Amino acid sequence: MIDVVIDAAPVLSIRGVAKSFGSVVALRSADLEVRPGEIHALMGANGAGKSTLVKIITGVYPSDSGEMRLAGAAARFRSPADARRAGVVSVYQDPAIVPDLTVAQNMRLARVPLAAVKSAMRELGIEGVDLATPARLVDFAILRLIDLARALASDPRILILDEITAALPADLSQRVFAVMRDRRSRGASVLFISHRLAEVTALCDRATVLRDGVTVGVTSTKDAAEQIVDLMLGSEVAKAAASVARPTRAPAKEAAALDVANLNYGHALRGVSFAVARGEVLGIAALEGQGQEALFDCIAGVRRADSGIVAANGVALKLRHPADAIRAGLVLVPANRLTSLLPQRSVQENVALAAFGRMRAWGPIALRAERERVGRAVARLQIDTRAAAEVRRLSGGNMQKVVIARWIAAGFKTLLCFDPTRGIDIGAKRQIYALLREVAEQGASVLLFTSELPEIRLVCDRALVLFGGRVAAEMPAAEATEAALLRAAHGLTEAAS
Amino acid sequence: MSAALEFLRARTIFALILLLALFVGFVELVRPGTVTPLWVSNALMFAAPLAIMGGGQTLVMLTGGIDLSVSAVATGSAYLLATNASHGDFYALAIALSLGAIVGAVNGIGVALLRVQPLVMTLGTGLMTGGVMIVYSQQMMASQPHVPGLIQTLGAGKLAGFVPVDLFLWLIVGGVILFGLHRTGFGRLVYAVGDNAEACHLAGVRVWRVLFVDYLICSVLASITGLVLVGGTNAADLSLAESYLLPSVACVVIGGTSIFGGRGGYGGTIVGALILTVLTSLLTLLDVSEPAKQILFGAIILVLAAAYARLTE
Amino acid sequence: MTSGAFVRALAMPALLTVALALTRLAHPTFGAFDIQSLALGALPLALAAAAQAIVVISGGIDLSIGSQIAIANVLSASLMQHADFRQSLMISVLVLAAGAGLGLVNGVVVALSRIPDVVATLTTGFIFGGGALLILERPGGGAPAAYLNLAAGQDFGPWLPNGLIVMILGVAAVWAPIRLTRIGLLIYAAGSDPIAAFRSGVDVRAARTIAYLFSGIACAIGGMALTMTTGIGAPLAGAYYTLSSVAAIVIGGVSLTGGRGGMVGPVVAALLLTLAPMDLVFLGIDPNYGQVIQGALIVLVVMAAGFYAYWRERK
Repeated sequence: MIDVVIDAAPVLSIRGVAKSFGSVVALRSADLEVRPGEIHALMGANGAGKSTLVKIITGVYPSDSGEMRLAGAAARFRSPADARRAGVVSVYQDPAIVPDLTVAQNMRLARVPLAAVKSAMRELGIEGVDLATPARLVDFAILRLIDLARALASDPRILILDEITAALPADLSQRVFAVMRDRRSRGASVLFISHRLAEVTALCDRATVLRDGVTVGVTSTKDAAEQIVDLMLGSEVAKAAASVARPTRAPAKEAAALDVANLNYGHALRGVSFAVARGEVLGIAALEGQGQEALFDCIAGVRRADSGIVAANGVALKLRHPADAIRAGLVLVPANRLTSLLPQRSVQENVALAAFGRMRAWGPIALRAERERVGRAVARLQIDTRAAAEVRRLSGGNMQKVVIARWIAAGFKTLLCFDPTRGIDIGAKRQIYALLREVAEQGASVLLFTSELPEIRLVCDRALVLFGGRVAAEMPAAEATEAALLRAAHGLTEAAS
Repeated sequence: MSAALEFLRARTIFALILLLALFVGFVELVRPGTVTPLWVSNALMFAAPLAIMGGGQTLVMLTGGIDLSVSAVATGSAYLLATNASHGDFYALAIALSLGAIVGAVNGIGVALLRVQPLVMTLGTGLMTGGVMIVYSQQMMASQPHVPGLIQTLGAGKLAGFVPVDLFLWLIVGGVILFGLHRTGFGRLVYAVGDNAEACHLAGVRVWRVLFVDYLICSVLASITGLVLVGGTNAADLSLAESYLLPSVACVVIGGTSIFGGRGGYGGTIVGALILTVLTSLLTLLDVSEPAKQILFGAIILVLAAAYARLTE
Repeated sequence: MTSGAFVRALAMPALLTVALALTRLAHPTFGAFDIQSLALGALPLALAAAAQAIVVISGGIDLSIGSQIAIANVLSASLMQHADFRQSLMISVLVLAAGAGLGLVNGVVVALSRIPDVVATLTTGFIFGGGALLILERPGGGAPAAYLNLAAGQDFGPWLPNGLIVMILGVAAVWAPIRLTRIGLLIYAAGSDPIAAFRSGVDVRAARTIAYLFSGIACAIGGMALTMTTGIGAPLAGAYYTLSSVAAIVIGGVSLTGGRGGMVGPVVAALLLTLAPMDLVFLGIDPNYGQVIQGALIVLVVMAAGFYAYWRERK
């Protein structure tokens, strides 16, 4: 932690803000100080609470405790409109643009002068957008810039940008940065949220780092990239590494557990082929949007591939419904765990759900047998069952474990895990790593996509890198360093050269 | 205070039973000596058809749907029974129940396969059913409708002059629904589909089958309700069950089943149906005009539903 | 206006023209008299459809429309029975205020009670129905001939019945203040995407309440139109309009998920729904099938919309 000398009275200061949704704690104790005329970065891993903090600042929902001061005076906004009037304006991750109204109507809705919006759009390089177009027809990236233009038009004292560059091409990002610098030079402040360290160190003056809902540090951004990373991660992954011991395996000789040949899906997948052996954990690495979602969905029968073959244990499958894949032993743990949970039902009902896929299971339930089966899966995953009556009251990590427990209880041959450790705490992460290895050792196989590259070496036997819908590289886990994976993921060179 | 509120929040069924007792108390207060075994017997007899229809409504509301065709189906079934009775009781019964099966299947296909919003789908089939019955009734002018004795016994009979016969039917139907919802795979799926249909799809469940069967059962139960009602009145007319639409929804909502699906159950609906029946009885005792009764009845439903929404927030 | 929107705006009037042409073909004597009865029959329904459209565009649904129309109908018929024309006009203002009041009740109940729209308006509809019976127990009442003539007359020639003019003016009277002011923006925004609307500074609950208020006014006009066209007040006559108003907006292209649709579609759909039973009579079919056709139309149109969405998704 670095001591920060306060050399200017902060325009925005936040102390000890906390917020829970049911039993899920989004923010424990967040502190933040933004000075006039600075670009301040808000950093943190997925699920650290950044977006929640932004929504509390702008009055989308109230905080449970803590205080906020605007230019020294206590402030609490009841709605984003309220915040806007006080000069605090945010561009959220999902644009606050109503799809069925035209762009111009959206501007009128927020009562901002159209002339100011037009000049901001010129600044951002999107003056070509026809204001009479219905918003739902406008490209997502442009929509976010329109949202930004609207925010700029009300000439805010504090402008909050939540992942504004995530969906933007490089030239438009540069325009956004120029506008941010211009507003800084005119004395306004910008709170900038981004995952891209390079942007943060180039653009921002100081950074506040959140981890698990707590402010863990405030630092000047000059030459502090490493330090910010350490703060964000808390060296979690390194700690986890020690706990998973893994024997090196000889490649299996029998028919592959999962065989994918020349799979095509729209522009997302172009001729993807690979095989997963029994007892193998195959890792997939890729930047955002390289076809990984489509790949998992096609194998799991959620989407229908345009062409190509998916075979399990040597048998080609007809995948029209997830049930077809499940019958063949291919089961999916999807990217967003909420899509596969019954939030209002109990842990037991959630875990048992997959047993009722067939109509012959519609009859009476052998409750005792079910309780035993579910109990074993719950125990194996060490699910915290204190809030077992409703799954929505569980923490993110426990929710994820419930999804996996469902397949452990139902039985499977290949587990398709899509980013299972996103936004969950380190303890649960470690348990999931260990479980994936254990599953493989018992003869099942695992296909694992992860956005946290160090996990590949930690958990997998082998890694594939997807780029532009194709397999760009393949390497054994031992060679899958972050650098090698990243180079391949950017489509640079064959890593195994 | 807050501890008591917390308890009620967790066990809303107790709050409902308390409310039911309160209403019964009111009845006794308004006219002392009213609450006799006979009064209880009558209340149960009148509650039974509502509770059976409410059972079907519970099943579809648990999946996040609603069935607005139940009153038209009940009326139509009753009318079909009475006009076909001359061809034999069982023939008439089969015709009457098949109306429920047909409308239920159409609702099921629309909602489950074609993904029409349940509100619109059942509104449409309700309109169609009502229209068909009007046309049918005009062709049936000449014939002499009558209600089979069996059905009269079902709707109005009392065993040993005291236990209403429809109570037995209610017990059977209620038992099957309760067991089905909590102890069978189908029941699990009804809750699961209402809570998150996408999760069911991902878990390998063919969601449309669950919805189809669900709407089918609801319509058949509405059909049965119509038979009980016509047995009670012994006169088939085309407005027989019209007044049951709102109560069939209201007893489910008051009973704590979420209209967005996934939460609630038939136990609450049973108490809800009893509350509405006692409420009707109370309003009758108050000796107010029919329209005023209607206004009070609706207003109390609103208050109860709003209170429930607050309690479970 | 994009070309797609232009085509959609013209589709319903075109459909009506085709339907009228076919009617004329099937029944060559279809003339001014039939146009008059079409206008009279469709007048209250058009206003019911307008009322429903406003609420649905704002993201709700109103199952109490029939009862609101019934109240306006019996209130006007019972108050105007012995009134002269001038007094009747003043009573009309009173009825409009009452309609606004009922709409406001709906809006406040939905906004404050957290009861879903369907259940809330189903229940208020029940209550309002009781209110209508309280005002007039059985069909009766009346209004001065000059008042009835407002809708039933033919002051502009046999081919342009007053009913049609009242329909257009009545709908415009409710729709113009919405469409031409900020209110329309708020209502469309609240129905299209309540979260984005809230973040843009819209008070979504207030917007929905205002929608119910305007819907109530439309119902009041519809109820008085019913008095003008039937000459009496009937406490149970309104029931028909709840379901038919939903039919009209579905056919008229208003999205049930809110935020999309206009006013031309529902009003034209009201005319089509009134024309259908007339055509049945011309074809020698029991006009009671009209209700069957209405139900089938609702279901088919929504299914077609579902198919269309599915097809677009696949493309």
